[in-house]
Amino acid sequence: MEVKTLKKEDSKTGKKIRISGAEAVIHCLLAEGIDTVYGYPGGAIMPIYDELYKFRGKLHHVLTRHEQGAAHAAQGYARVSGKVGVAMATSGPGATNLITGIADAQIDSTPMVCITGQVARHLLGSDAFQETDIVGISTPVTKWNYQITQASEIPEIIAKAFFIARSGRPGPVLIDITKNAQFEEFDFDYQKCTAIRSYNPFPKVDQTKVSEAAELINGAKKPMIVWGQGIILGKAEQELKAFIEKSGIPAAWTILGASAISSSHPLNVGMVGMHGNYAPNILTNECDVLIALGMRFDDRVTGDLDTYAKQAKVIHFEIDPSEINKNVHADVAVLGNVKETLAAILPQINQNSHQNWHDVFKEKYAIEFEKVIKDDIQPEKPGLTMGEVIEQINIASKHQAVVVTDVGQHQMIACRYAKFENSKSNITSGGLGTMGFALPAAIGAKMGAPERQVVAVIGDGGYQMTIQELGTIFQTNVPVKIVVLNNDFLGMVRQWQQLFFDKRYASTEMTNPDFITIAKGYHIEAKKVTKREDLKEAVEAMIASEDAFFLEVSVEKEDNVFPMIPTGASVSDIRLS
Amino acid sequence: MEDKKNFTISVYSENNIGLLNRISGIFLKRHINIESLNVSKSEIDEVSKFTIVVYTTEDWARKIVGQIEKQIEVIKAYYHTDEETIFQETALFKIASNLLFDERQIQNIIKDNHSTIVTVSPEFFVISKSGRREEIETMYQELKPYGIMQFVRSGRVAVTKTTMQISSILKEFQV
Repeated sequence: MEVKTLKKEDSKTGKKIRISGAEAVIHCLLAEGIDTVYGYPGGAIMPIYDELYKFRGKLHHVLTRHEQGAAHAAQGYARVSGKVGVAMATSGPGATNLITGIADAQIDSTPMVCITGQVARHLLGSDAFQETDIVGISTPVTKWNYQITQASEIPEIIAKAFFIARSGRPGPVLIDITKNAQFEEFDFDYQKCTAIRSYNPFPKVDQTKVSEAAELINGAKKPMIVWGQGIILGKAEQELKAFIEKSGIPAAWTILGASAISSSHPLNVGMVGMHGNYAPNILTNECDVLIALGMRFDDRVTGDLDTYAKQAKVIHFEIDPSEINKNVHADVAVLGNVKETLAAILPQINQNSHQNWHDVFKEKYAIEFEKVIKDDIQPEKPGLTMGEVIEQINIASKHQAVVVTDVGQHQMIACRYAKFENSKSNITSGGLGTMGFALPAAIGAKMGAPERQVVAVIGDGGYQMTIQELGTIFQTNVPVKIVVLNNDFLGMVRQWQQLFFDKRYASTEMTNPDFITIAKGYHIEAKKVTKREDLKEAVEAMIASEDAFFLEVSVEKEDNVFPMIPTGASVSDIRLS
Repeated sequence: MEDKKNFTISVYSENNIGLLNRISGIFLKRHINIESLNVSKSEIDEVSKFTIVVYTTEDWARKIVGQIEKQIEVIKAYYHTDEETIFQETALFKIASNLLFDERQIQNIIKDNHSTIVTVSPEFFVISKSGRREEIETMYQELKPYGIMQFVRSGRVAVTKTTMQISSILKEFQV
């Protein structure tokens, strides 16, 4: 293909400029307020990379070591900043490598725009070099996707992509741009998208539903709140706080909802779900009104649906109409952004304290503390526990850190024990359960919130799935703190093998490399802790470090995470051992 | 378990490449077979209409419609039972022309089934029959002994007895 030299000249209309499609992509990103993109170059996206070079002072491109890393970094950036994350990749394998991150963003409602290069239009469908049908492949895991085959489509489609990604229930959008469209010149003009006729991201709040919900709440003797990520995505933290403080209702959270309200808030009664806290799980089946705020009743939260909260009236505050009555029947459904609906219901709610009901939560917590928590965070046995490492991070970071977790035992322990004072502090792969998420997501998180301490907590298995992103940390000097909780096992799978497969440890024991040497190979300061007496100092050194820091902690090999609701069991059947 | 029956799902959408893939993916994801599918223009300019028939429970029909409506380019989706719709399918039968004269009974079958002859050539003629699935099936069984050279039946097309508020939704958008 002939490469045209870039010529900017005023077009006939006067205000438009004549530029290439590739340059237009950059102008679109800048117009959307994007300052950082994550990606990996290749043949079909080279014209866009050529423009990234020219605009390198305005738009920071982070070269990850794998496209999956670019997608997760964009997710981490988005989750911590509330802005849209952007990932770029070339056609074929570059594009398919993004898919895991896109699927993760889809199920966890993360706003993300992925831009992929594609072979030139005249080659489409011919099995050209590095051609893959990425629009077809990404359809089930994107909120929207589109293939651009001519430059003139670029402004409108990218504007739509950002609008769709960030509005309503957020999600990932993939835009595939053929190489000819990147080269073509056209008259560029950018207008932000503010509405699409077939898409209604802002459901109108139905005041009758709000009143019905208020009536149920005011009449409730044993109400309980479960909030989810909708609070964080809807920027409704203040509204939630006001709502629970006025109503006095015990409030629990899903793992994606973690950190929306301070961990130390007296009305915060902990986490629901498979490895959540004892009180909110077991009391789900004793409450009389269950108020779900911006959450979707995932199976890891509900356990067996046939025995889930059957005694309770359910009120579901939700922005996505398709979530209403999907898993759990809602007696009252309040559609809309929780920021609006919570603000609407607040004046109709009676002041209350539900003291006796809170006492039940406290009793249950005492049982959990005695049987589980004490041994997790203040262990008396010789081996180090994951819980005490998290507790040290809490102390050293003064509850201010963003904790980015991977998937498995360490994730559940971190979500259970990490203490948060600020919203958007718990970045984890919830719905998809993507091992390898944490390291690249932490890179994005640190760049999205440079003023914050970002600590990635990862297992020895997941760490090795995206360990190459140490290269990104080395190259960009991004001061991410990495803690690997090493039990030389794929711990969560091993736990299930122990409990449900008669201890047949099929392919879960890991022969691990020397992680310290690997980190040092990337010139990242590294420490290994094997004894309790060295833990405090090592964590403090890590938190105090101005640079990236790698800390490996050898933890007990065969510890289990409890409480646990076995798959398919009722929340009432939660096990403490 | 709730009873399964036929549901006609009507989807009003933008006419965009890839939307069919997105919609059919929703059925794939829930492991539901599509009994019939028809895509056409609708009563509104530049709005397409998918008519999809599935055999499932009402609970699932409702959930599927929710998932379909969630797609960006879908304006509105509805589901209806057979009792709530007026629906038809169309079939074409290609038959050797000599049979029209050699087998007098064929002319009676055409007449009795209220079907029409679309074209006649020296080699073959084509019968078109519109109606319910059972009516087409009856005619198929009647013609089969004489030899059918080709047979095809369309997807269901349906209109509902009650109104679908699609126009007002679009009007609201324009305000």
